Amino acid sequence: MGSNVRPIHTNTSDGDTMSDTTDSGPMLAADGTPLKRSLSRALRRQKMRALMLVAPLLIFVLISFIFPIGSMLFRSVENDIVADTLPLTVVELQNWDADSGELPDEALYAAFAADMVAAIEAKNHTKLGTRLNYEQTGLSSLFRKSGRKMKRLDPAADAPFKDKIIDIDKKWGDVETWRAIKTHSVRITNGYFLNAVDMRRTPEGAQAQPEDKQILITLFQRTLLMSLMITGSCIILAYPVAWILANLPARTANVLMILVLLPFWTSLLVRTSAWKVMLQQQGVINEVLVWLGMVADHSRLALINNQTGTIIAMTHILLPFMILPMYSVMQTIKPHYVRAAKSMGATDWTAFWRVYFPQSVPGIGAGSILVFILAIGYYITPEIVGGTKGVFISNRIAYHISSSLNWGLAAALGTILLAVVLILYWAYDKIVGIDNVKLG
Amino acid sequence: MAALTPISRKPMSLVLPTVAAAGGALGLFVGTANGSGLMGVLVGACLVLAMALTFIKVLNNEGLSKWIAIVVMAALGFIFGGTPGVILGAIFGWLFHWFIYWLYEGRYRARLLPYLTPRQVLWHYAFRVLCGSIFVFLITPILVVMPLSFNAQDFFTFTPEMLRLDPEGYSLKHYRDFFTNNEWQRSFKNSLIIAPIATVISVSLGTLAAIGLSQNHVPFKRAIMAILISPMIVPLIISATGMFFFYSQIGNWMEGTLGLNKTFVGYVKVVLAHAVLGIPFVIITVTATLVGFDNSLTRAAANMGANPVTTFFKVQMPLILPGVISGGLFAFITSFDEVVVVLFVGSASQKTLPWQMFTGLREQISPTILAVATILVVISIALLTTVELLRRRSERLRGMSPG
Amino acid sequence: MKLTKIFMASTALAFAAGAVAAEEMTIVSWGGAYSKSQLKAYHEPYSAKTGVTIINDDSSAEAVSKLRAMNEAGNVTWDVVDVVASDAIRLCDEGLAEEIDFNSQLAPAPDGTNAEDDFGALLVSDCFIPQIVYSTTFGYRTDLVGDTPPTEICDVFDLEAYPGKRSLEKRPIGNMEWALLCDGVAKDEIYEVLETSEGQDRALAKLDTIKDSVIWWSAGADTPQLLADGEVIMGSTFNGRLFSVIEEQNQPVAMLWDAQMFDLDGWIIPAGLSEERKARALDYLYFATDTQRLADQAKFISYGPARASSAPLVSTHAELGIEMAPHMPTDPENAKNTFLYNYEFWADYRDDIDAKFQAWLAK
Repeated sequence: MGSNVRPIHTNTSDGDTMSDTTDSGPMLAADGTPLKRSLSRALRRQKMRALMLVAPLLIFVLISFIFPIGSMLFRSVENDIVADTLPLTVVELQNWDADSGELPDEALYAAFAADMVAAIEAKNHTKLGTRLNYEQTGLSSLFRKSGRKMKRLDPAADAPFKDKIIDIDKKWGDVETWRAIKTHSVRITNGYFLNAVDMRRTPEGAQAQPEDKQILITLFQRTLLMSLMITGSCIILAYPVAWILANLPARTANVLMILVLLPFWTSLLVRTSAWKVMLQQQGVINEVLVWLGMVADHSRLALINNQTGTIIAMTHILLPFMILPMYSVMQTIKPHYVRAAKSMGATDWTAFWRVYFPQSVPGIGAGSILVFILAIGYYITPEIVGGTKGVFISNRIAYHISSSLNWGLAAALGTILLAVVLILYWAYDKIVGIDNVKLG
Repeated sequence: MAALTPISRKPMSLVLPTVAAAGGALGLFVGTANGSGLMGVLVGACLVLAMALTFIKVLNNEGLSKWIAIVVMAALGFIFGGTPGVILGAIFGWLFHWFIYWLYEGRYRARLLPYLTPRQVLWHYAFRVLCGSIFVFLITPILVVMPLSFNAQDFFTFTPEMLRLDPEGYSLKHYRDFFTNNEWQRSFKNSLIIAPIATVISVSLGTLAAIGLSQNHVPFKRAIMAILISPMIVPLIISATGMFFFYSQIGNWMEGTLGLNKTFVGYVKVVLAHAVLGIPFVIITVTATLVGFDNSLTRAAANMGANPVTTFFKVQMPLILPGVISGGLFAFITSFDEVVVVLFVGSASQKTLPWQMFTGLREQISPTILAVATILVVISIALLTTVELLRRRSERLRGMSPG
Repeated sequence: MKLTKIFMASTALAFAAGAVAAEEMTIVSWGGAYSKSQLKAYHEPYSAKTGVTIINDDSSAEAVSKLRAMNEAGNVTWDVVDVVASDAIRLCDEGLAEEIDFNSQLAPAPDGTNAEDDFGALLVSDCFIPQIVYSTTFGYRTDLVGDTPPTEICDVFDLEAYPGKRSLEKRPIGNMEWALLCDGVAKDEIYEVLETSEGQDRALAKLDTIKDSVIWWSAGADTPQLLADGEVIMGSTFNGRLFSVIEEQNQPVAMLWDAQMFDLDGWIIPAGLSEERKARALDYLYFATDTQRLADQAKFISYGPARASSAPLVSTHAELGIEMAPHMPTDPENAKNTFLYNYEFWADYRDDIDAKFQAWLAK
């Protein structure tokens, strides 16, 4: 269809001249509808059909993945707990000048007593304590211990409260406690994101964490750097293998392909443990080197529990993800080009570098993005072989999810990681085009 | 491709120094292990040199000299290293013999193009050796895991008994444990149920979507692509917690409103969660295959009266099948090797193999894990070999030349 | 008509589901030898007595996060959960575990002492029923430490007398206390010192002296493996693991009973169970935490029973036949110099010090 369809019928019923019709009248398709409309309908139908094919999966992924992950990530800013647990206190805190250096007045303590009695009844006060403890150490036990004593207070009869509450724990007479509560009483907070970049939310605004607690930025940098190194070493190791697989006769190549696929059938955990057996100081490699006399017994190589270990083990684990896309791209490169180049006098190196290599770049790109993205999110392998300096940001995310229960911080870290990956993905799409990714 | 090049015997001036160097290299290692590297180099070089001269000039009988080389080296190995030394010695004896004749007879030229310069020949073999070592790197863990799975101890350690090849150091008890322990059996069964179903779901939905996405004029193509690929890029631990919320609500609804069996619902949850994780791989592979797909083929099929379903299965599917299969392979592995999500979404009755291994590694080292890994490797070698043999057979039947 | 039918069907199903659920409960534990000891000592006798089927779920390592997620989703599928004391405190604070009335809901000792007195100081949280006492302590390779084996905790910090690698857990708890102890802080002042920033720096400075010789572990099975490989000459782990390495695996390893970190492991009931399930969980716990049952568990694993009244009943190992009492962290001979771990302190300071510790590790 398209350009070679000429107007078959011309609309002459109202007596217009021919020339007029051909110049300004609508072109018509075979069934009499104007061509433009017919084409756009066809296009719409095509779009609909494409969408219909995509729809089941899209809906499935949206509902079962994007939506739950989104609500998980929303925890990075959500902070309802303070305002929900201490509603009256939070209102009163608005009237208190945190910078005055003076304790709040009786009205606030009364509101606090009423809130606490209700919260203790609902067993919410300790939850609030753990939440605030992320920001100021010691608040967890303050809420837990005070809870036991404040249970007996009667919001109606026991007024005034100020001295009684300070009596229960002298920390309630500390301005800093109230300042912390006030700072974190907002419903949408940037606190977790500030924590995620080694800063914190204070009454005076965002401030850097003390130097000896700064760890997360370092981890982000390390994660990115080491993922790059892993991607790099995967490229170096995968290129010759993919080349030889693509250039050997199919029979041999298929047999060798089994060697590439075999590691897949060994669980990640087992592979990582096997590397431990290989790399440790009393491990296979060191033992062999010592036996051969290449390394002295007292100066065995430190191959594990450091970045070397992480890079070796993860390169091994991710190598097939690099080999397979490269292989499928190289398979499509015709040997004639290189032969032609050589017959025209190119040296082996020129023929490879100027003719073969450029054609294999999409494979490298696809493998790299895949390996890099997978590497950035790994945490089990770095945990086992990484020691102290080979640990990734995902290890901290896992810690905050499963040990400290600081899900807000975990979500903030996850969001940042995700943003980094999405930016890279976008950049990759701009440079290479995601359609160019080939996996096999 | 492999043009037959006429081969000719090479002069001794090439053969002797090369084999002497190889002998010297081995001698260096054995020598340093036994005290003196220099002695080792000299002895090794002389030994191999003597072997080469005897074989070529005196014996002139390839079959006989092979056995002589093996026996002599094995005997030497025994002197230096006991039982394991015999095996290593025999292997090296065979290797040197092969190397000497390979060089002397010029066999290394046989499979190469006749016009290659010596440097190109050298590069060709150096490159093969390089690739060989990368392949060794790839299967290193398997080389470690296999012997360790026969360890008589409950640790991942090569014990002195094992290194002496003493039968005392080996046992089949970890295999017995795998076959008799209910926990292992159940988790193995669970993995075999969950992974294939999850793969089928991700492959079928993923292929459909990839076909839709590969058409022209798809609105929001980039955004849709990003959404579908997202399960691969969100850190697993976040996915796991997020999905937990969704699936426990779905689980409640299925058990409560639909009145389905609890165990069944449990499987559904894990299968769906794993299917989502496998989807990006299917999407990426299949869209990649579809990039080169010629759409006039489907139009031609439609033109000849095939309905869309027939067109898909008879025309499109066979052409994109390699992409679908490798996507499915990745999806299968994703599910078969996944531990973080199943820990959250699954419950005890859906315990999969990786989960069981995870507990095994964390709670008490048990080489049963290695036995399982070995079994899986053996099964997969058998599977992959069968597939390859079938492929060759069908090629032969169709009269295609063996590639 | 149709509606009634559906209603009837769903009620029948609900009943059927209820009936099935009544015979089944999910108990969460750590897996491995530990779960096996619970299976033998608690689950099997309880099932035999009541006919309840017990499903074992090896998810204790993820218990805290999973319980929180279950609670938020309103779908708690676990009935009884085995956790360490610090996790129990966290769960109790988060409102994720039920509070227990120890005297009315647990069995008294055979001599009539009520449960609260029988457990004594081990009741560290309102939600937590202690089950075993374990210790984090050091094991060393007898063949790699020279002629004078280490006798006290500070030998861990002595690189001159004991050169070689050691393994420590990759978290501040335990390590900070040992460091201060060996830096000359009196035992009862350690937590006061550790509260201050200077005290924390002091502990880290002490750890700095051996940092290059430390392999950090995160899974309990790591140190036994490292010791068996000879990869480390000494390392901290749970005493039950060391028992298994020494007695069951016959490795050349011995154990150091000095300033070992006393810790507890025990049961909690998740919050949000139906009345019926909660009652069953309590019934199970009444049975499983009585004096005899706790003593029985010690036949299968070398952790001390949490009840004072169980200690005299501890007998021999079920397979090896050796006397178990001398291997217990509660044995008077072993418990001469123990370190009592301060739960309250770590509940407050854990996140703060952990951030510092990780930053120090990464330096």
